[in-house]
Amino acid sequence: MTTVAEPAQPTARSQPVRTTLPTRDADRVPAPRLGLGSLPLEQRFLTWGARLAAVAIAWVVVGRLLPVHGPAWFLVVAALANVVVLAVGTAALDHRNVAVSDRVAQWVVSTGAVVVFAALVSVIVFVIERGWPALHHLNFFTKDMTGVSATDPLDKGGILHAVLGSLIELGIASAIALPLGVGTAVFMNEVGGRLATVVRTVVEAMTALPDILAGLFIYTVWIIALGFPRSGLAAGLAITVMMLPIIARASDVVLRIVPGTLREASFALGASRWSTVWHVVLPTARPGLATALILAIARGVGETAPVMITSGNATFIHLDPTTGVMTSLPLYIFTAARSGIPLAIQRAFGTAAVLLVLVLVLFAIARALARPPSTKLSPLRRLRSAARAAVGTARTRGTRPTPSTPLAEEAL
Amino acid sequence: MTTLPLHDPAADARPPAEPRRLSRRPRGGDAVFAQSFRAVGASVLVITGGIGLFLAYQSVPTLRHYGLHFLTTRDWNPEADKVGIAAVLVGTIEVALVAMVISFPLALATALYITEYAAPRLRATLVAAVDLMAAVPSIVYGLWGFFLIQPHAAGFALFLQRNLGWFPLFHVGADPHAAVPDMSRYTASAFIGGVTVSMMVMPMACSVMRQVFSETPQGEKEGALALGATRWGMIRTVVLPFGKGGIIGGTMLGLGRALGETIAVLLIISPEFVIKGRILEIGSETVAALIAGQFGEATGIQLSALLTAGLVLFCITLLVNTLAAVVVNRSRSGAQTA
Repeated sequence: MTTVAEPAQPTARSQPVRTTLPTRDADRVPAPRLGLGSLPLEQRFLTWGARLAAVAIAWVVVGRLLPVHGPAWFLVVAALANVVVLAVGTAALDHRNVAVSDRVAQWVVSTGAVVVFAALVSVIVFVIERGWPALHHLNFFTKDMTGVSATDPLDKGGILHAVLGSLIELGIASAIALPLGVGTAVFMNEVGGRLATVVRTVVEAMTALPDILAGLFIYTVWIIALGFPRSGLAAGLAITVMMLPIIARASDVVLRIVPGTLREASFALGASRWSTVWHVVLPTARPGLATALILAIARGVGETAPVMITSGNATFIHLDPTTGVMTSLPLYIFTAARSGIPLAIQRAFGTAAVLLVLVLVLFAIARALARPPSTKLSPLRRLRSAARAAVGTARTRGTRPTPSTPLAEEAL
Repeated sequence: MTTLPLHDPAADARPPAEPRRLSRRPRGGDAVFAQSFRAVGASVLVITGGIGLFLAYQSVPTLRHYGLHFLTTRDWNPEADKVGIAAVLVGTIEVALVAMVISFPLALATALYITEYAAPRLRATLVAAVDLMAAVPSIVYGLWGFFLIQPHAAGFALFLQRNLGWFPLFHVGADPHAAVPDMSRYTASAFIGGVTVSMMVMPMACSVMRQVFSETPQGEKEGALALGATRWGMIRTVVLPFGKGGIIGGTMLGLGRALGETIAVLLIISPEFVIKGRILEIGSETVAALIAGQFGEATGIQLSALLTAGLVLFCITLLVNTLAAVVVNRSRSGAQTA
């Protein structure tokens, strides 16, 4: 290395390099700054022009050139025309193949996403729209179907029995699955060992168990082999079998991210393992555990197949889960939709809308719980802290400090 | 000043101090804690793992009675003592394949859109929307498929037969050029069942793919862009190769769900026990829908046959899901070491 560097030195010495400062040219027009946030003008023109052209082409093609009709064909033709115009336009503006494939790929990906979200919106809108005739009767929520035939008008009968049945079955399922599921997660994380690995593998495999098999399992064990009748309890057990792996797996993930330093701090203070779990690990993971439970409930409330096998179907309110048949929301939807009677199908859609809204609400609660606590103060807390600050200034302004500071705090 | 400890002659006389015995084995209350939670874990293992063992135990009489013919017989006719799941298995796979053909590109596109194309402030909303799609009950999708999609899908099936009818998959046993086509021949088919199931499968596959895509190293993505790659070039050379495991694993998880889907299929498909490739034509059957539809009048040997069908379904889904988990986990661990 040194042998290479040495011959270079004399030349550097003969021609000393000087630092030159760039001279300011006062007359020069400043170059326009590049806008990094938005597309250049011609690209925006291409995007909107292609959309406009696509609509125009679709208008010409559908119904005028080709014997295809309807809004569905219009959308398909418009989408295809859009990508063709985009590709041709990009090729004309920018003569590189990569630019064309970039445009086309962007179109494909965005169109796929639009189709998916349109499908989600169509599910929600369709179900609520078809269910609306049943939903706007109050008796739909306050009556059951006792003595009401499927062909009776919608201002008779209701789904209260299905709502109560669902609540009872989910209550049973949650009461069994929550302690067992969280207990399993605690076992997998806090106790460990070879058995824990086996349990984790099996639980992970069982999260994707086909729901019908859970129902079949309870049906053959509980009803056929043990001779219990079809009942809400059996349905609750079937839902338990579905929910248990979901809760166990989600809780496992939550407990795994509880910082180990918290556990060590607790042990260092002399806490036993149980009190560490009960006072440190579980409270830290509480929002995550609540999310796990609620997501499992949202899954369980819509389970139709296992309930269909195990609970039987009732048209009346039945509150005792241990005896007698009991219906639930998804089961009611299924039987009413299968009857083929238009009014029953309307009731089915009304019930499906109720179920969908229930799932939406559960889902929103789960997300709110899972969110990390906001750094911004909530309106109530802001009001309280403002009041406390006002009291504080009043206290300092007063001639002598009030002795009843704790009381003033309590009054707030 | 440093002082050296004096040599204590008495210490030599004492026996050397023994180190305190340390043990990881819990004692006292800790032992009770560990053992009771071990019992909880074992009971959950028994409950969940018991399903497979129980199904296997219950299928013994069927397998002894029918032998391997159970897998090769097409009919499901317990009165005539001819019971087999060949046609049902083919139907299951057809429905699942239709669902995968539709849901795979949609899931991939949505996952890419969320991670690479969507505006950052929209991203959380879109992720929530996909998660919500996964939470919508299957019976709601069933209603949607039966009442909203079926008429359109039947029209599309007619269109396919008219234009691509020479392809055996798209053939239907009805005259497509009749003045009034017999639309009932185009409904209740494996195709429409598959379309509906694809809506349930898509969010599962999408969320796995999205998670893996979002773990792509930012530096590699920026490197590709800095070298002059377009956004698609960056996705093709960095994101997709990195997320290959997630794509395969997510698709297989979706396949597992599609194979086991019950209620939407039961609502839509009209049962028929024939092995056929004509997916657009009315009539097909899947294992899960067979169990749900037949359990009511099933007694004795027929119940055992249904349980055996359940065992076959269980084994297939378990295999598919385990493979998917292995693929996804392997791609994740690779991401951590890289």
